[in-house]
Order: sequence, then C-alpha cells, then structure tokens
Amino acid sequence: MRLRNLLFLLMALLAAYVILIAVAELPPYGMPDNPVHNQVSERYITGALEDAGVLNMVTAIVLDYRAYDTMFETIVLFTAALAVVVTLKTAERKGGGK
Amino acid sequence: MRDFILKRVAALILPFICMYGLYVIFHGHVSPGGSFAGGIIVGLSFIAFATIYGLEKGRAKLPETVLNWTESYGTLWYGIMGMVGIVKGAPFLANKLAGVSLGAPGALSSGGLISLIGLGVGIRVASTMVTLFFTMMEEEP
Repeated sequence: MRLRNLLFLLMALLAAYVILIAVAELPPYGMPDNPVHNQVSERYITGALEDAGVLNMVTAIVLDYRAYDTMFETIVLFTAALAVVVTLKTAERKGGGK
Repeated sequence: MRDFILKRVAALILPFICMYGLYVIFHGHVSPGGSFAGGIIVGLSFIAFATIYGLEKGRAKLPETVLNWTESYGTLWYGIMGMVGIVKGAPFLANKLAGVSLGAPGALSSGGLISLIGLGVGIRVASTMVTLFFTMMEEEP
C-alpha cells in the first residue's frame, strides 16, 4: 500500500513537471506579437460591421461568424433541461405510486 | 416568503424586469447585452414570480404546454432560420452571403437574420431556466 502511494506521488510529480514545462514555453501574456493575435481576430475586429451589419461585435461573432457553435449551445441547454426533467419526473411518479 | 410587502413590491417590479429582458433580447445587436443575457433576465422574472407567489400561480402564468413548446421548438426555429441560406443557394446559417439585406447599422432592423436568430435563442434560454426551476421546485416536499 505504501509503495503504491509512493508510485502515485511519483506519477503526480512527473505530470506536474510536464505541465510546468509546457507552461514555461508559453509566450508572455498580452504581447502584441503573440500567435493568438493572428488574422482571425483582426478580421473579426475590422470586418464585423461590414460582414454582419451590427454594431455589437460580440453578437456578430456569436450569431453570425460562429452561428453553428451557438446552435449547438442551445442543443446543450435542451439536453440539460431534458435530463433534469426525465430524472425528476420519473422519481416523482414512482413516489406517487401511479 | 409569502409576505404582503414582498408581494406588492414584486407586483410592481416584475413586469418591468420582464420587459427589460425582452428589450435586451430585441436590442442585442445594437447595444450591449445579447440574447443569452436577455433570456436569463426574462426567465428570472418568472422564477421570482413563482418563488414569491407560489408554484401554482407560477404554473398558471406559464403552463407546461407553453414551456414544452418553447423548449422543443426554439432550436428548430434556429434551424429554420439557417435553412434560409440553403434556400437562397448559400451555406447553412449564411446571413450576408444569402443576400439578406443588412440594413443601416444601428437601426433595430439591421443585421438581417441576426435579430431573428437571437429571438429564438433568448426564448430558448428563458424556457430552459424556467423549466429547470419549476421541475426542481416541484421536488420539494
């Protein structure tokens, strides 16, 4: 048992070491030449008004550029409500003895 | 929670909260906010009503059939709005590519399909919140 705990500790340290190496390779936060500031965000910022015709850029991204994403977000909401309703309604019916 | 003062204050405030939620949904593309936030506010007004006045009166305001309809057909409405693009010969959920007129930026009618899609999402979020709350509240003895 004690050997197993030691093994777990070693594995956890190894995983933490790998993750810390990956974090150390990240570019500094907020620099303008970071790889995240590529043409995608630039296109969203400069072209949202032209492509979607709305003033709210967040709405342009959520409901126009990434409309598929939002559609499946609503399906996630539907699934959550469905799971709660199915679980709780079935329990109530069993308790009521119908 | 069945206080007289609470009930009167809620009767004064809750209609305006519901109206404000609808305002946030309808103006999601010209002002800060959006359909998700507006749907949460609309759902919150009904949740507060059911908390203060009791579940029976809340159910009377929003019957289960209405909740089932909005719950089931909100995403279908989104899909129908997406099919406009396919009918016009553009990709699914296309807005400008489908040739929908975008209107003047800043006007309430701007954005083509965006406001219609946002209306569906807002109703969807509100009905999900209310359904979850009503279903969990019924479980209490």
